[in-house]
Amino acid sequence: MSTATDTRPTDRALLPLTGAKLPRWAPALVLALAAATAGLLALTLGWGPVGTAFVAVLLFGLALPAWSLAVENRRAATDRFVTSLVWGAFLLALIPLVSLTWTVVSNGAPAFSAEFFTFSMRNVVGEGGGIYHAIIGTLIITGIAALMSVPIGLMTAIYLVEYGAGKRVARSINFLVDVMTGIPSIVAGLFAYALFLIFFGPGVRMGFAGSVALSVLMVPVVVRSCEEMLKLVPNDLREASYALGVPKWRTIVKVVLPTAMAGIITGVMLAVARVAGETAPLLIIAGATDSVNFNPFDERMMTLPVFAYYSYTQPGVPPGPGLERAWGAALILIIIVMALNLLGRALGHLFAPKTGR
Amino acid sequence: MAKSIDVSDLDIYYGDFKAVEDVTMTIPARSVTAFIGPSGCGKSTLLRSLNRMHEVIPGARVEGKVVIGGQSLYDADVDPVEVRRQVGMVFQRPNPFPTMSIYGNVLAGNRLNSRRMKRSEADDIVERALRGANLWTEVKDRLTKPGAGLSGGQQQRLCIARAIAVEPQVLLMDEPCSALDPISTSAIEDLIHELKSEYTIVIVTHNMQQAARVSEDTAFFNLAGAGLPGRLVEMDSTKKIFSVPEDPSTEAYISGRFG
Amino acid sequence: MSAPTTAAWPTPPKKRRMGDLLFAGATRTAASIILVALAGVAIFLTVEGLPGLTAPPERMGGEATFLAYVWPLVFGTLLAAFIALLIATPLSIGVALVISHYSPRRLAKPIGYLVDLLAAVPSVVYGLWGIAFVGPALVPVYRWLEENLGFLPFFSGPASGTGRTILTAGIVLAIMALPIITAICREIFAQTPTLHQEAALALGATRFEMVRMAVIPYSKSGIVSAVMLGLGRALGETMAVALVLSATRIVTWDVIASTSPSTIAANIVLGFPEATGLGVNVLIATGLVLFVITFAVNFTARLIVARSEKGLVR
Repeated sequence: MSTATDTRPTDRALLPLTGAKLPRWAPALVLALAAATAGLLALTLGWGPVGTAFVAVLLFGLALPAWSLAVENRRAATDRFVTSLVWGAFLLALIPLVSLTWTVVSNGAPAFSAEFFTFSMRNVVGEGGGIYHAIIGTLIITGIAALMSVPIGLMTAIYLVEYGAGKRVARSINFLVDVMTGIPSIVAGLFAYALFLIFFGPGVRMGFAGSVALSVLMVPVVVRSCEEMLKLVPNDLREASYALGVPKWRTIVKVVLPTAMAGIITGVMLAVARVAGETAPLLIIAGATDSVNFNPFDERMMTLPVFAYYSYTQPGVPPGPGLERAWGAALILIIIVMALNLLGRALGHLFAPKTGR
Repeated sequence: MAKSIDVSDLDIYYGDFKAVEDVTMTIPARSVTAFIGPSGCGKSTLLRSLNRMHEVIPGARVEGKVVIGGQSLYDADVDPVEVRRQVGMVFQRPNPFPTMSIYGNVLAGNRLNSRRMKRSEADDIVERALRGANLWTEVKDRLTKPGAGLSGGQQQRLCIARAIAVEPQVLLMDEPCSALDPISTSAIEDLIHELKSEYTIVIVTHNMQQAARVSEDTAFFNLAGAGLPGRLVEMDSTKKIFSVPEDPSTEAYISGRFG
Repeated sequence: MSAPTTAAWPTPPKKRRMGDLLFAGATRTAASIILVALAGVAIFLTVEGLPGLTAPPERMGGEATFLAYVWPLVFGTLLAAFIALLIATPLSIGVALVISHYSPRRLAKPIGYLVDLLAAVPSVVYGLWGIAFVGPALVPVYRWLEENLGFLPFFSGPASGTGRTILTAGIVLAIMALPIITAICREIFAQTPTLHQEAALALGATRFEMVRMAVIPYSKSGIVSAVMLGLGRALGETMAVALVLSATRIVTWDVIASTSPSTIAANIVLGFPEATGLGVNVLIATGLVLFVITFAVNFTARLIVARSEKGLVR
């Protein structure tokens, strides 16, 4: 009779909690083997580092699931396969970042010198000269663009969040901001050209018009990031302020904006960083020149991205110094953009409300 | 400085939805009046209509009369901002301004209205308000620290200090203890006892014992039925409401046999 | 306390009302500037573009009609953007999954920041990188493709010796679109209700099964709209393409040849500095075409998002 009790349904329902499983170090081992195999193949066949890494990842992505299929089960194998696929995608996406940084730094660093930063390209043929005029131009044009876009963008965001909520006008403006986000940068340049053409005639080139074009690109970015930040301010704070008898506009200026300030600053800096690297609209409307121009309302104005473009496509004869200057300008541009990014985040931390805990 | 509040024939709407119907009541000066009743019966809505905070919500409006100290709140030429300066409010969750210090929070009502004042005058107001809120001894050495760094109970007392710093006539409290632990709650209740000698206080609470402990008068609200507006069932001295209420539904609610 | 006990309240001072009116008016003005600006973009482009539609053939590269002139450019634009999305979409989803579900929590933030860095790189730098590094690096790959897969129309060759092909441009565009798609996808993945995920895990699902059961179905429309927004970027991108491609206005499916189709944006930027008279109008008209295409793409994307937001109860 005792054998019958062993086959009771309750006992059969109990599944084993342990199963065949790969050891914890299995992925590491497979990765090492894959890398070794790829390296060996690379040595015999003479592949580059990127190709070798590619093959190594490929081997890893096939070998680990295969092993898992043999030892564990199909579901575990699928899981491991997808995991390596996902991480493979990530590593693949890292390649351009590394390669791009390396290409620009290694090509651009040799161009750096005191002369490179303090001289323009006026009357320079061949070696020498610098990007002083382009740096000035970028600073002026981006600065004016920011001066125009930040107030407009911030005020629009305030309207959308604080005044327009639920209104039809606000919804259509919301939609238009979306449309504006999608304007290609070249179209923004054409717009500025078409606009200034009316006042100044064909062939107009002007730094200020470049700022207008950049503003078209910058405003929607500023609106969106400010809007997000304003929405994050808890309604409690607005009500607390109203309950103290504070008028709405003072509540916005003194309570809502300071609370959202950190995020707004970060957002604005990222927007500035984005337009500082814009090339196409400036190529069209700000033009190119070899001289320093401090007046945004008169004549052509050189900017860093345009300088990099022209130095690379028309390096002159011999091409060496021109190409070097192009890479130097590209490196400076990246440094400026990254600095703005980091500065934005740092300022964001600095202005963030403190809890004091 | 405290004023009594007369509410007559008040209907409150959210858009087309009538949330509160036909409330008529008199809230006496220098005493504590408690609003009790089940969730969603319009207690907080009515409270918010007493300082025109109600209309901050889009689509919300009020019909009827609220008179404080002889002034009708909903007359056409009345500035809601001025009303709120005279009728302070403390919210369910403590909400100190995160960008301001403790000192700045207490002065917020004055500063945000750009009232210029001397340093000594400001120091005076801060100390008086914080003493009034029983918080002075706990924070006097760290007035420049952010208000958000205090404990929940301290934050709520900071909010009370902020509300009384502008010297209002009336203090409205919307479930001020619901987010607090028992010890902080008892501190706030003690504070309410002290404040009632100078202010007209109206408190919304879900806690029956709290209503019995702190209030002189109690108003019981209830829904006329599912989907119907809330209404005032009865209002009387707290002692009477909690011993011999007139309406059977009040008795049912108080004794916990509700629903 | 010492407040006056007068019953009369101060009458509402009018200047405070003014403050509110002025401030609200200022925000409304700012919002309407956006309206005006956008209307301006549309009007000025149309006004300046219209004469281009009827320009004589010598202004339009010898083509008789504007349509014949712009068609190869539209083709090139779409082809480059299509290649870019083909590469960028799976990569972006993978990277977004790494950030939201696969990486250890402490690594997720720095990884996200690395991807954001990709978005911050100016397009002209991408262009320089594409022409100086990606192109040459891909030359042997193109040669291999031509030799082994030459029977396909895409790889019929002759393979470019410089690597400046539309496939290279597409790859560079893919890397530029990647951070945009990743950013949106990762936000959507992070919004997947934890309850659904835990429910899946509680049923004994592996991590991949959890992702497939609880994350992907929830974010399908979000992924689509993210891809559409990436498409918008790829369509409108100018400099990278202008630098990488040695472009001619032709229609061909061959993606590894040195004579490759140009894109609208690249054609404008390459032609603009030398264009005069009606030539400018023709270029502006092509810009208008580009604007319409990107608008349609973005609009569809937003529509999908809006519809899915209505359908989902969060």
